[in-house]
Amino acid sequence: MTLIHASDAAAPVRERLGVLDTLEAESIHVIREVVAEFERPAMLFSGGKDSVVMLHLAAKAFWPGRVPFPVLHVDTGHNFPEVLEFRDRTVERLGLRLIVGSVQEYIDRGELQERADGTRNPLQTTPLLDTIGAHRFDAVFGGGRRDEDKARAKERILSLRDEFGQWDPRNQRPELWNLYNGRHTVGQHVRAFPISNWTELDIWRYIAREGIELPSIYYAHSREVFRRDGMWRAVGEFSRPGPGEEVAVRTVRYRTVGDMSCTGAVLSGACTVDDVVREVAASTLTERGATRADDRISEAAMEDRKKDGYF
Amino acid sequence: MTTELLDRQRPAAGTLFRFATAGSVDDGKSTLVGRLLHDSKAILADQLESVARTSADRGFGGDQGGLDLALLTDGLRAEREQGITIDVAYRYFATDRRTFILADCPGHVQYTRNTVTGASTADAVVVLVDARKGVLEQTRRHLSVVALLRVPHVVVAVNKIDLVGYAEDVFARIEADVRRVAGELGLHDAVSIPVSALAGDNLVERSVHTPWYAGPTLLDLLETLPTTDDKPATAFRFPVQLVLRPQGALAPGLDVGAFRDYRAYAGQIVAGTVRVGDAVTVQTPGQVPRTTTVAGIDAAGRELDEASAPHSVSLRLVDEFDVARGDLIGAAGTLPAPSAELAASLCWLAPRPLRPGTKVLVKHGTATVRALVSAVVGRLDLDTFEAGPAAELELNDIGRASLRLAAPLPLEPYAVHRRTGAFLLIDPQDGSTLAAGMIRNGAEQ
Ligand SMILES: Nc1nc2c(ncn2[C@@H]2O[C@H](COP(=O)(O)OP(=O)(O)O)[C@@H](O)[C@H]2O)c(=O)[nH]1
Repeated sequence: MTLIHASDAAAPVRERLGVLDTLEAESIHVIREVVAEFERPAMLFSGGKDSVVMLHLAAKAFWPGRVPFPVLHVDTGHNFPEVLEFRDRTVERLGLRLIVGSVQEYIDRGELQERADGTRNPLQTTPLLDTIGAHRFDAVFGGGRRDEDKARAKERILSLRDEFGQWDPRNQRPELWNLYNGRHTVGQHVRAFPISNWTELDIWRYIAREGIELPSIYYAHSREVFRRDGMWRAVGEFSRPGPGEEVAVRTVRYRTVGDMSCTGAVLSGACTVDDVVREVAASTLTERGATRADDRISEAAMEDRKKDGYF
Repeated sequence: MTTELLDRQRPAAGTLFRFATAGSVDDGKSTLVGRLLHDSKAILADQLESVARTSADRGFGGDQGGLDLALLTDGLRAEREQGITIDVAYRYFATDRRTFILADCPGHVQYTRNTVTGASTADAVVVLVDARKGVLEQTRRHLSVVALLRVPHVVVAVNKIDLVGYAEDVFARIEADVRRVAGELGLHDAVSIPVSALAGDNLVERSVHTPWYAGPTLLDLLETLPTTDDKPATAFRFPVQLVLRPQGALAPGLDVGAFRDYRAYAGQIVAGTVRVGDAVTVQTPGQVPRTTTVAGIDAAGRELDEASAPHSVSLRLVDEFDVARGDLIGAAGTLPAPSAELAASLCWLAPRPLRPGTKVLVKHGTATVRALVSAVVGRLDLDTFEAGPAAELELNDIGRASLRLAAPLPLEPYAVHRRTGAFLLIDPQDGSTLAAGMIRNGAEQ
């Protein structure tokens, strides 16, 4: 008895679909699997480019049907107005239900404390988990990509969270072939990351190819900014220059959209999606390194937040 | 030390190539992966800066300094603290010819679990060997997993060739060993390459230190290996994920009248090609197969004449019979007769052992059925490749078992297709994944 088979001699080859088609097919497969196997899925939608692409993929997955789940946004209270406007318009266009968890309300009730550095991204975890619990969502789609961060590189496409919403990176299910095991017990939920295998550049190329609309702040515009921690910060209600931080008007754009209090802009003249694709391809900094103060706090910033139940 | 040959900019038209790395601790896997990422410009300035800082802090490279590229693949805090890699990590890089997804599989504890995970989707596996040590037990184990999972290509990187003075005879000896061991396993196209991950020899650029080596660099090979595990002759296979019948919940803006009777089956093509007008068979678990014709292929509003794996599409069928998730659609007359007796190779991934009588769930395609383990048929000794009798399978064991399914499924041997021949065993109680399974029904014994 032998357990091993001889592998076939090299068969004639047919090239696969292109990169974007292959990634799209994989993501649609994952989104459909989750909808088929879970009772109460929801999708995180912030209006950021990754969640916009994810929602676009969901719309394709169920065409001609409507996207069969609500979208969820944890509003830090410090979001860019352009992005919130875009969020609401998109939800309306697709006929979806939007559920908003509000960090501000937790702060107002004294259940969360404002951090010394003013950053609110880490405060999103509690409202997120409470919203998931209150609506009894058993699967939550997130737009995390493995190329974003070291901790995300180890994330599964379907990732189990315990009763406390925590991620245990040392005890993950092996993920084999394209067979996703979404079994969970009462109280547990699953985070699903359908665009795990996309890179920032793939996202932008896909946005260009599909003609997907984004919030205007992703493209070059003129803005009052000041310099902090080596990043350009917008001057706004929630982000004011401190002593010695000089305000200047610059042409900038955002590579990620998060909380105004911790997201930096990059100097850029990229006005169109093709400009952005060129700029991202030539960039020498990662998007998080260039623009996210919350990930600079420590080497393991993302890992710690993820363990606690962050996106 | 940097090579400026590659550009991060890449055409959108390339293809995706998935590969996994496997090696024992200290063979230099992290350094090799770090160097591939670095030399292909996947590493950006802020990441390099952090690596440079940590390298200097730890005194890497002595007085000459340098970059400890292994740090680039450091993941979780526990991994940094203990200096080991715990779990499979996925990395991304691209050249102007291809986009790569690399499953970086740690080689020590849980090596079977990790290597099986990485290899299950891989087009190629790169196995590392330390030139000073040659082919070890671990190498044999990695190669046997690669063979069992039928990864289309295997490359053996004979690393640290600098530490044996770039000696041709050392490489030749190892290459011959690799060929013999790989041959025993049926891996007839295994390629060996002499490399130094630390110095960069023959990874991206051809080394001046190995004039005796005429073969490709590692990256050359990865860029040119055929990208498909799908034999062109493979018959069409389409596990139904869900039924799209949007009456009442139509996407805004679509004409209600035009979609009143719309009904399609959503799924990903896992093998072959389908065309409008093709005759197809629908196999519902436990039922007599039914044959009909493909009326249309939809891709989110675009009507296609044909579609191939791995496209996600929706199929409309001419006959309106009941089709549901868990059904398999295939080219007419090509589906194997459903069977409730499953003969399989298993990679056992759970801490508690597999014994006859164990109740499990079998997840095959989009179908999940209950099953009972009727017998453990044997266990593979990974050091000798001999299969011996066994009463149970333990964590990281590879063996054979037979199972009795609650509903008959169209069981196709893994040897015929990696997607339709694969399944998971799941614990019905706690939901954990117990085993990677490969169907042997119909395979030669
Ligand atoms: N001389 C030499 N040393 C190497 C080479 N590749 C790796 N090393 C060293 O071998 C050690 C183990 O390498 P590492 O990449 O951490 O191994 P891993 O455990 O397989 O990830 C480190 O000290 C590396 O610097 C090589 O090609 N030549």
